[in-house]
Amino acid sequence: METILSLLTGLLVALGVYLLLRRSLVQVLLGIMFLSHAANLVIFVSGGLRRDVAPMIDAQGGLPVGSYADPLPQALILTAIVIGFGLLAFALALVMRAQAKLGTDDVDQLQGEGSDEA
Amino acid sequence: MTSAVIAPILVPLLGAALQALAGRRAYHVHRVITILATLGLCAAGAALIAGTRTGTVHVVHSGGWPFPIGISLVGDALSALMVSVCGLVGLAGALYLTGEKRTDLEARGLHPLLLILLGGVNGAFLTGDAFNLYVWFEVMLIASFVLLGLCGGKAAVEASVKYFVINLASSFLFLIALGLLYGKAGTLSFADLHLKLSTEAAATGTQSAAVLMLVAFGIKAGAFPLFMWLPASYPALPAPLGAVFAGLLTKVGVYSIMRVYSLVFAVHLPWLQPLLWWTAILTMVVGVFGAASQMEIRRVLSFHIVSQIGYMLAGIALGTRAALAATVFYIVHHIIVKANLFFLGGVIENRCGSMELKRCGGLYASAPWFGFLFLIPALSLGGIPPLSGFFAKFALLREALRLEDGGLTLVALGVGALTLYSMTKIWKEAFWKAAPDTLPAAGPWPRLPLAACILLAAVTVGISLHPQPLIEMAELAAQTLVTPQIYVDAVTKGGPGS
Repeated sequence: METILSLLTGLLVALGVYLLLRRSLVQVLLGIMFLSHAANLVIFVSGGLRRDVAPMIDAQGGLPVGSYADPLPQALILTAIVIGFGLLAFALALVMRAQAKLGTDDVDQLQGEGSDEA
Repeated sequence: MTSAVIAPILVPLLGAALQALAGRRAYHVHRVITILATLGLCAAGAALIAGTRTGTVHVVHSGGWPFPIGISLVGDALSALMVSVCGLVGLAGALYLTGEKRTDLEARGLHPLLLILLGGVNGAFLTGDAFNLYVWFEVMLIASFVLLGLCGGKAAVEASVKYFVINLASSFLFLIALGLLYGKAGTLSFADLHLKLSTEAAATGTQSAAVLMLVAFGIKAGAFPLFMWLPASYPALPAPLGAVFAGLLTKVGVYSIMRVYSLVFAVHLPWLQPLLWWTAILTMVVGVFGAASQMEIRRVLSFHIVSQIGYMLAGIALGTRAALAATVFYIVHHIIVKANLFFLGGVIENRCGSMELKRCGGLYASAPWFGFLFLIPALSLGGIPPLSGFFAKFALLREALRLEDGGLTLVALGVGALTLYSMTKIWKEAFWKAAPDTLPAAGPWPRLPLAACILLAAVTVGISLHPQPLIEMAELAAQTLVTPQIYVDAVTKGGPGS
């Protein structure tokens, strides 16, 4: 399972970087999304994948004996997903605004040096 | 001391919440709360400095969780200095914004966002946990994204897009590094990571995380070759926000490099020192040449941020106690001076109607005292004695010479001269040159923005006349950086509030 997820992470990073380097802002946005998923998966895999064991507390409410699943990576991922989701919503709004203000979603057209008042 | 460690995070966030409750158009309430909150930050910073100047490290374990389970907030000399300067710049920014009365921006939440930004910056300075550092980075970034976005205008939208994409990419690199680090060490607390990765054998396999973090922090700090977003986005900000961004945000990156590479990757990384050395040199040189070619005040200053980041990285690259102390001194000096220059740029815009140097002029003839006010931070940035920049550069160069690093010394001196050239350019164009015919008739001087400039200039002069306390604090901060055991001991042994 780790192998498959690791490969998937690599694929997602590759996709993300490829899309980040595209000229269309929408594709750049998708690239960011893929990178964010890849980062979450890295944390998930790094915590170690264990099937069929309880995290921290077993069914009876006692501390598990022997191996148990690490709950921390999932807490980290949840935080990261929430942050990533908020950022993505903002990014969508930003791209729409850029499209409306600049009349293009082509990154190559963003040649302004940031000082001209509009 | 518990409250002084928590207050720098809590006060601005609480202030922002109150402002949100007050409603969007309660401008006066917003302004008063921002000023009060930043005053509170200054007070908390002063209390932290008073509490850490004896060398104590104050630790607060959030939620009362014992080490290493909970997230700890750690206030040492370095954090105390950074929090204090953050409060000072925040206060100056609050004064400027109150005087400028940009109700169009204030109605869209300028004040709460500014306070959230300051809260995020302070959180990054105080946290003792790597994942928590990521969270504070995001708090800071989200606030800065929205601030940049709400400035409206074509230029601001373009700037937002560039700023957003590159900073988000850097955040994900940081997050991936955190995942790798957690997979290796099973912990994310700085102190615990230091203990778990203290031997060469334990630290094998963390190199990828180390590189990823260096890239992530390098982007945030604006180091060569990752700085392109900075001059492309900061000039789109109005002057007071530009000052807060320019003063604080890149320095969070530098701070993180210092903290993480002293604590987490404490074992010898053979590639790190030369890489930082070359980065520092190129950052200095490229930044200063960029500035020399610009003719708009904010753009000149933005390139100078990049150049000055190079000096800070140079201190980190040298890595000795004295060099790190010089870097800490440099950061404090630089934040105050750079923010002041952005504020002054805003006042120049107020007088001349533009920040294009070609359209400015005649300021010295009409107000010699204003020219004098500009010269304090400008000459300090160039490193002219007896101003604060001189002590910063002197400490750095003395250490470089002691280590017989002639290359670094030469480059730093040359870049210093070119910095002075840029400052002279602003002086000559905006102050000395006869006023161009296009100059609009200026209204009364903006009082509170000038008060912000005078406040920061007074602090610069204070540091210049009496640098000893700051030097001692900087040396204390450097001591903790070179002997991370002090930090680790405080976190592992300290109970709540100790």
